[in-house]
Amino acid sequence: MTTTFPAGTFTPAPGRGRVGRMLVVHARTEAMLTLRNSEQILLTLLIPVLLLVGLTVLGFFPLPEPRVDSVVPRVFALAVMSSAFTGQAIALGFDRRYGVLKRLAATALPRWLLVSGRTVAGLVVVAVQLLVLGVVAAVMGWSPDPVGLAWTVLLVLVGTLSFGALGVLLGGALKAEVVLALANIVWFVLLLGGGIVVPPDSMPGALGDVVMLLPSGALTDGMHTALVDGAVPGWPVFAVLVGWGAVAALVATRTTKLS
Amino acid sequence: MSESAVEVSGLVKRFGATTAVDGLSLRLARGQVLALLGPNGAGKTTTVEICEGFQRRDGGAVRVLGLDPATDHERLRPRIGVMPQGGGAYPGVRAEEMLALVAACAADPIDPAWLIDVLGLGSARRTPYKRLSGGQQQRLSLACALVGRPELVFLDEPTAGLDPQARRLVWELVRALRTDGVSVLLTTHVMEEAEELADHVVIVDRGRVVADGSPSQLTAEQPEAAQLRFRARPGLDLSGLCTALPADCRLQEPTPGAYLLTGRVDPQVVSAVTAWCAQQGVLAEELHVGRRSLEDVFLELTGKELR
Repeated sequence: MTTTFPAGTFTPAPGRGRVGRMLVVHARTEAMLTLRNSEQILLTLLIPVLLLVGLTVLGFFPLPEPRVDSVVPRVFALAVMSSAFTGQAIALGFDRRYGVLKRLAATALPRWLLVSGRTVAGLVVVAVQLLVLGVVAAVMGWSPDPVGLAWTVLLVLVGTLSFGALGVLLGGALKAEVVLALANIVWFVLLLGGGIVVPPDSMPGALGDVVMLLPSGALTDGMHTALVDGAVPGWPVFAVLVGWGAVAALVATRTTKLS
Repeated sequence: MSESAVEVSGLVKRFGATTAVDGLSLRLARGQVLALLGPNGAGKTTTVEICEGFQRRDGGAVRVLGLDPATDHERLRPRIGVMPQGGGAYPGVRAEEMLALVAACAADPIDPAWLIDVLGLGSARRTPYKRLSGGQQQRLSLACALVGRPELVFLDEPTAGLDPQARRLVWELVRALRTDGVSVLLTTHVMEEAEELADHVVIVDRGRVVADGSPSQLTAEQPEAAQLRFRARPGLDLSGLCTALPADCRLQEPTPGAYLLTGRVDPQVVSAVTAWCAQQGVLAEELHVGRRSLEDVFLELTGKELR
C-alpha cells in the first residue's frame, strides 16, 4: 500500500487553467447533461415537435395556409422558453441541491466564466432544438423568409438570454422541488395564456396588449413578424425581452444562492 | 508569519441569535496537517467555509496563504483544494466527466484517469453522480479537491461514511500530501483520525477552542497525567477508597458507572483499588491503566462524548 502515491505525486503546482479550455469543457459538460436528460428532452424537444406536427396537421385553430408557416414561430418561441427558462430553472435548482455551484466555486473557474459556460451551454441546446424543429418543419413544407431567418437568429439569442435570466432567477433562489413545480406551472400558463398558442390579437379586450408585454408574447410576435411577414420585428419586441432579462439578471445576482 | 498556511484569530460567526463560532483562533503551519476536532455543531464546518471564502465572518481575522478569503477569494481559489462536506457534482454527471471539468480549471492537473483508478473509482467512472454510493461520492469529491495540485487542502469530514478500507486509503493519501509539502486542514469527529494524521489538533466545542496542541502534548504521558479507569455499578460511595489512596490521586465518576482515577498510578494504587472493590463485593470491569487518549481529553474538557 505504501507505493499507491509515489513521492512527489501531490507536489504543489497550483494555477488557473486556460480560459478557452475552461469555457469549452464547462459548456460542453452542461450541454451534454441537458441533451442526455430524458425529462429535459421531453420538455425541450418532444413536446415542441408534437405541437409542431399537431397544430399543423390537426385543424383545431383556424390558421392561414400553409399552416406550418404560422405554427413554426410559435413552436420556436416555445422551444426557447422551454429550455432557457423551465429547463434552466429546474437544472439549476437541482444543481444547487447537489452542491455543484459550491463545487465549481471552489475551483479556479472564475465566476464570470461560470455564468458564461452556462450561457453558452444554453445557446448550444437551443441551437440543437431549433435545428431539429427546423428540419421537421421543412419536411412539412415550411418555407421561411430568408431575411426573416436572420432576424430570427437575433430574436433567439435575445430570447434565450432573457428567458435564461428568468430561469436563473427562479432556479437560484428557491428549493429544488418548489422550482420544479413553479417552472412547470409558469411554462404551462405562458404556453396557453402567454401568447404562444393563442395569438394575442384573438384575446378579449386589453388582455392581448398585456400579453404582448410578456416575454413569451413578445418573442412569439417577433418571430411571427420575421418568419411569416418577412418584416423587421418592431422595437417593442426587443424592449420587452431586454427589459425582462435585465431586471431578472439584476435581481438574480442578489438572490442566487450557491446551495 | 509567511510560514502560516492558515491563521485565524478571534473568529466570530453568528446565525441570527446563535453564535456558531465564538472567538476561535488557530494556526496551520505550511506543510503540516491540522485536525479540527469536535462534535457535530461545534462550528468546524463554519470555520472551514469562512477560510475557503464561502461564508462571511462577523468578527476576527483570517489569513489563508497570506490572503483574506473574504476579499481575495478569486486570487485564493486557484491555490486551494476544497472537499466540501457532502461532496458536490451535477446529479447526472459521470464521475470521470466531473473530475475532467474540475481538472480543466487547473493549470497543471494530475491525470484525472489515474486519480480515478487510484481512488478505487475505476468501475464507477461512467456512473452518474446521483447513482454513486455515499463512499464513492466522497472519493470523487476528494479527487476534485486534489486534482489541481493545490498548496493547501481543506477536507471537511473526509472519511465520513467510508468503509474501513477506504478510510485507510484516505489516511494514506493525507500522509502522502504531507510528505509532498501540501498543507492540510481537516475536520473530523473521529479521535483516532486526528491522532493518526495530525501534527496539530484543535479541539472545538460550541464554537470555541477548548484545547490546542500536538496529539502527544494533548495526551502527555507525564506520571501525574497517568490514569486508571474501570466500570462498575453506578453511584459507589468512593470516600473509603479515597482515604486509602495517596493524597495526589483524584477519583471521579464522570459518567454513571465509569470511574476515573488520575494521579500517580503505581502498582500499590492498582492493588488498593482492586482490594477496595473486593471488600465492596464489586467486580471492576474493563480495568485499564494507561495514558490519556484524545477521547479522554475531550471528555474531560467538554463533559461529553464525541459521538
